Amino acid sequence: MNSTAQEGESVALPTNAVPALRIRNLRKTYKGGVEALKGIDLEVDQGEFFGLLGPNGAGKSTTIGIITSLVNKSEGSIEVFGIDTERDLESAKRLIGVVPQEINFNQFEQPLRIVAQQAGYYGIPWAEAQERAGQCLEWMGLWDKRKVLSRALSGGMKRRLMIARALVHGPRLLILDEPTAGVDIEIRRATWELLEQINRQGTTIILTTHYLEEAESLCKRLAIIDGGCIVQNSDTRSLLRQLAIETFVLDPQDALDAAPKLDGFPTAMREDGSIEVEIKQGASLNQLFDSLKQEGIVITSMRNKANRLEELFVRLVEGGQESKL
Amino acid sequence: MTQPLAESGSESRTLSPISESPRSRATEAWVGFATIVRREVHRILRIWAQTLLPPIISTGLYFIIFGPVLGQRIGVVEGYSYIQYVTPGLIMMSVLLNSYQNVVSSFFGAKFQNHVEEMMVSPMSSNAILLGYSIGGVFRGLVIGSVVSLMSLLFADLPVVHPVLTISVAVLTAVAFALAGFINALIARNFDEVSIIPTFVLAPLTMLGGVFYSVNMLPDFWKTISYANPILYMVNAFRYGILGRSDMPIEVAFGVLVVFIVCFYTLANSMLKRGIGIRS
Repeated sequence: MNSTAQEGESVALPTNAVPALRIRNLRKTYKGGVEALKGIDLEVDQGEFFGLLGPNGAGKSTTIGIITSLVNKSEGSIEVFGIDTERDLESAKRLIGVVPQEINFNQFEQPLRIVAQQAGYYGIPWAEAQERAGQCLEWMGLWDKRKVLSRALSGGMKRRLMIARALVHGPRLLILDEPTAGVDIEIRRATWELLEQINRQGTTIILTTHYLEEAESLCKRLAIIDGGCIVQNSDTRSLLRQLAIETFVLDPQDALDAAPKLDGFPTAMREDGSIEVEIKQGASLNQLFDSLKQEGIVITSMRNKANRLEELFVRLVEGGQESKL
Repeated sequence: MTQPLAESGSESRTLSPISESPRSRATEAWVGFATIVRREVHRILRIWAQTLLPPIISTGLYFIIFGPVLGQRIGVVEGYSYIQYVTPGLIMMSVLLNSYQNVVSSFFGAKFQNHVEEMMVSPMSSNAILLGYSIGGVFRGLVIGSVVSLMSLLFADLPVVHPVLTISVAVLTAVAFALAGFINALIARNFDEVSIIPTFVLAPLTMLGGVFYSVNMLPDFWKTISYANPILYMVNAFRYGILGRSDMPIEVAFGVLVVFIVCFYTLANSMLKRGIGIRS
């Protein structure tokens, strides 16, 4: 899996000191003047599982499009394992596998042919290409479907087919643009396990996703992009530590008329009769329950209001929008 | 039943390493090119009812109309029966239209369904992509040309005076129109733009390109205008190969073909490299 793809005449083998991806001052202005990227810098280490998050239109897909040469950049530089795409795009492309957001294979072809053809585009001879295509399809659980028309595959199978296609030439950097969008939770979790397995075998992974739970559980490092700028870029734990306050939802045994006043814990009533309580990081939950007890309130259940990363994401993105106003 | 996705925590499933023997870039380019040709030929044969059958039927109808039905009443043109005279033009018309149509529909289809991205993310050169699609177009043009030629023997006696020249002209014409089809596919933004050039440019030029008549039959003014039509040169060169007569010098016809191929190739390759019509 982690074998360097085509070790041809001019592909210099990268060392571990070189990042898998280095982006400097990347800018993209589309025809019509829309500035999709405003000079982003990004570095992804070898072997990392990196998440690129952002709201719709933030610039995630443009960034991926430029890295994979589907979109022309306006300015800036990209290095893939130390190979400058401006100088030697072909060698850089050999090291990348990409799973796009939209289904982009010929739906009138069979999965085995789609994957084998992709290997052929990377210079792998037909007999070897077919063998590798078979292995990839088997790995993705699509071996039995190798000869059906690919348009007959389910949504989840189509996603897995695109992952198989991206892996067939043994890329060292796998880029996935919302790979689990629109698939059911079972397939999503199976895909997570698969991606973790691929990453454990040494392939660097860059993932964009709308599912923040996905990013939180998979990615060791995250960058948040908004309005064409990177607004945060650090390891997932450090990002989450920025949340000084967590909000919990408590269900009281008996209905309350109003939110109770608890010393040191701001509260609010919710429409369904439960109570929202803000708790500062490091504060004692025992203290909260002591206060509730003093008020004569019995709590039957308690849960975190939102995914922590989601909360941080909303704050960062909203903060950015406010500062623009 | 579909196999389950990779088992949780399993490290057993891995891909075998890619062949250890290093491949040169030339070998990789060749493999990429061959992959596109294989895919195109497979596509043409897979959907033969769309790609091969209709042009064969429509040209067969031309033979029936210009042979037994109308041909005998028209009489002799430049010393040949009318069906003999028009047959080389009809064969050439099938070759050029189908070479063009194959590339434009296949590449635009790839753009429309976004699977052109499969090639764009790969290290394949623009030359390999362009040549691969062009050979696909040439294959379809020549297969149809061959079938139509065999069919024409039922209606006309074709001596094939210069066989090598006949085949050369057919191949070069197919290459020129396959390249033109590629440019059309790159520029086209929707299906209307795919059919504009075949309908409003190619069909009139073919009809006025000496397929059905000799330019010597035209008044001087229209004869001069006709010399600006490149298809006239291709049809006449092919007719020369089969019947041994042409309305113009054969060297000029070859020159026109070569100039068109060089111009179309340079333009298509440059557009592809710059990503015109396929990259934002």
